[in-house]
Amino acid sequence: MELTVSPAPHIHGRLSASQCMYSVIIALLPAFAVSLYFFGVGALIVTLTSILSCVVVEYLIQKFLLKVKPTIGDGSAILTGLLLGFNLPSNLPVWIVIIGSIAAIGITKMAFGGLGNNLFNPALVGRVFLLISFPTYMTQWPVPSASRWSYTDAETGATLLSKLKEEGSQWVSQVNISDLWIGNQGGSLGEVGAIALLIGFAFLLYRRIISWHIPVSILATVFVFSFALGLGEELSAQASGAWQHAFDFALIQLLSGGLLLGAIYMATDYVTSPMTSRGMIIYGIGIGILTVVIRQWGGYPEGVSFAILIMNAFTPLINNYVKPKRFGRA
Amino acid sequence: MLKTFRIGGIHPNEHKLTAHCPVTPVAVPRQVAIMLNQHIGAPANCIVKKGDTVKVGTLIAEAGGFVSANIHSPVSGTVSKVDKAANAFGQYGTTIIIDTEGDEWEESIDRSPELKEEITLTSQEIIKKIAEAGIVGLGGATFPTHVKLMPPKEFKPTVLIVNATECEPYLTDDHALMLESPDQILVGCRILMKAINVEQAYIGIENNKPDAIALLQQHATRYPGITIVPLRTRYPQGGEKQLIDAILHKQVANGALPVSTGAIVQNVGTAFAVYEAVQKNKPLVDRVVTVTGDHIAKPGNYRIRLGMSMHELIDMAGGLPDDCAKVILGGPMMGKAVSNIDSPISKGCSGIVILDEKHAHRGTIEPCIRCGKCVSACPMGLEPFLLAKLSQNHLFDRAERELITSCLECGCCSYSCPSNRPILDYIRVGKNAVNRIIRSRKQS
Repeated sequence: MELTVSPAPHIHGRLSASQCMYSVIIALLPAFAVSLYFFGVGALIVTLTSILSCVVVEYLIQKFLLKVKPTIGDGSAILTGLLLGFNLPSNLPVWIVIIGSIAAIGITKMAFGGLGNNLFNPALVGRVFLLISFPTYMTQWPVPSASRWSYTDAETGATLLSKLKEEGSQWVSQVNISDLWIGNQGGSLGEVGAIALLIGFAFLLYRRIISWHIPVSILATVFVFSFALGLGEELSAQASGAWQHAFDFALIQLLSGGLLLGAIYMATDYVTSPMTSRGMIIYGIGIGILTVVIRQWGGYPEGVSFAILIMNAFTPLINNYVKPKRFGRA
Repeated sequence: MLKTFRIGGIHPNEHKLTAHCPVTPVAVPRQVAIMLNQHIGAPANCIVKKGDTVKVGTLIAEAGGFVSANIHSPVSGTVSKVDKAANAFGQYGTTIIIDTEGDEWEESIDRSPELKEEITLTSQEIIKKIAEAGIVGLGGATFPTHVKLMPPKEFKPTVLIVNATECEPYLTDDHALMLESPDQILVGCRILMKAINVEQAYIGIENNKPDAIALLQQHATRYPGITIVPLRTRYPQGGEKQLIDAILHKQVANGALPVSTGAIVQNVGTAFAVYEAVQKNKPLVDRVVTVTGDHIAKPGNYRIRLGMSMHELIDMAGGLPDDCAKVILGGPMMGKAVSNIDSPISKGCSGIVILDEKHAHRGTIEPCIRCGKCVSACPMGLEPFLLAKLSQNHLFDRAERELITSCLECGCCSYSCPSNRPILDYIRVGKNAVNRIIRSRKQS
């Protein structure tokens, strides 16, 4: 009888790489439902275009440039496309979305050697590429639930963060925070629904696809830093109710813009984030600080994408210097 | 909150198919084959020759050095051959073949079933008796037990830990033994305590064996100094360092001996063998082996004479299933795949696991996605992905600095890799190379 002989271990955990990818995709479905509800057909067109073009770009590059067997079935291109779409306004023309996909998959992922070898988060590079190349298109945000059946002609308005930036933190008292929880706010199409994004987070934690370290350290840092900023401002102005105001300000920072989407789904990208839990916490704190700094003092109202990309650049350094807790040195 | 070790670990599907199978004695085989190198250390020296008649318990090979063990005949009969023969992995070594005639035991062995609780021997006498009986670590490590009971002088043992975790999936031989012979194990534990002169012993049992925990707790009240410690089920809890960490909350420093924490760890099967050797004068001639697998007809926990052929035992358990594709000696995490099932069962064999075609092969290797699952699974706090890569690129200096030599080879990294990367295979290669470099450095 022929027996197979191979070194131990002889059993394997049930999780595969593509299952990880598809789990993240599943986790993003509630947020997708929210964006379909608020942004209607535009959200559908942008997201599907983004997914399709990412997959096609990967396929074409693997088939005709690299001449290898295409691996689009592993779900990573679909996930990149989905995340890129989530980071775009729902009225963005199709051709711009396609350019973003080429930047994401072609330049950021495949040029560096494909899955596992890219330094930066592909979807975020795609978004930032478009933000710099097409600033007008990329900063007009459809008003939620105003025009569900219109696409590029949708009625647009400002996001909360840009209003905050223009009008200062006094504006905080006018924000209806429950709108932020359900997603009734302007912004990139996938970033608006806080509750939906948190449901996905719970699912990913339950399936053990990601650990809590990166999202929690980012969110905690942003909250604490923003709270301190809000409090400092109010105390210097001798206003009453300073604590409540600072709390609201910090909560708005947490629930608006791309912070939840970035912290839960983008910063946790396996390939571009540190591998040890200590490294993850350092990376998360870095993203949190950079986000608040850019939002508060930078040229853009939103800083999550830049913050994550900057910390992506530090990931190899963190991996090199931050070691896990070794056995016997506790 | 139940105790467990503090770094890494996994919880594979337990597959304890034979958890409720009592220990079943198996008929004496017609022929046995005894390998002289079935323990860690120097091979034993054969002291019989073709034509000699032996009884059960007759010394047939003497320890070949300090770290080595005696070997006794597991059957009565005639030595038919002393020759080189292949073991389960195809490696050749000197083997004594004995043809069985009847079942006659050495007169000195007490075969009565009565429990003998009173320990009359001194520490020195106990250790001598254990050495004479040829007892080695029965969890699979096969390190000679008497050597472990005599740690270097600078270390003073303060506590005995008995490893009854059985953290490997599928295996249940220790579990069945605990349910069958709780008192013998506890007396064996008292003997070991006396041998190393300590007043405290802990028996660590994972909480997937609640019946064994309850039974031993109930019996342990009669034996002073023995505490049963239920542990949260987690692999590799049976690793010596992990078990000390789980029970004593102390981590063995890198490169130090486990006894530096004051603990001496012995397997529960070893404790039972010690009872039999010291109280009943019975050398190590049999053991409990789990034969299991998803498609085997009669999986169970069998008490067999050592030297019995694996094939014969598998036949007793219903024979090899048609879809059998892999036979593992030991558990599926650290056991070795067998190429030759006609080889004999040796002292360290805790189980035979039979996998079907579907489970015998590894998945397709995909690119590392740097998910870090190997890092969080590593119970030694290493970075398996990095060690594998360094080994692959022959960067052994860096691998040594990254502590490749403290790898346990538990397999948690390969198990948890979503890309099916053979992480541990690479690490083994690198670890061997680094150990070789360290040895040559010491020599020069």
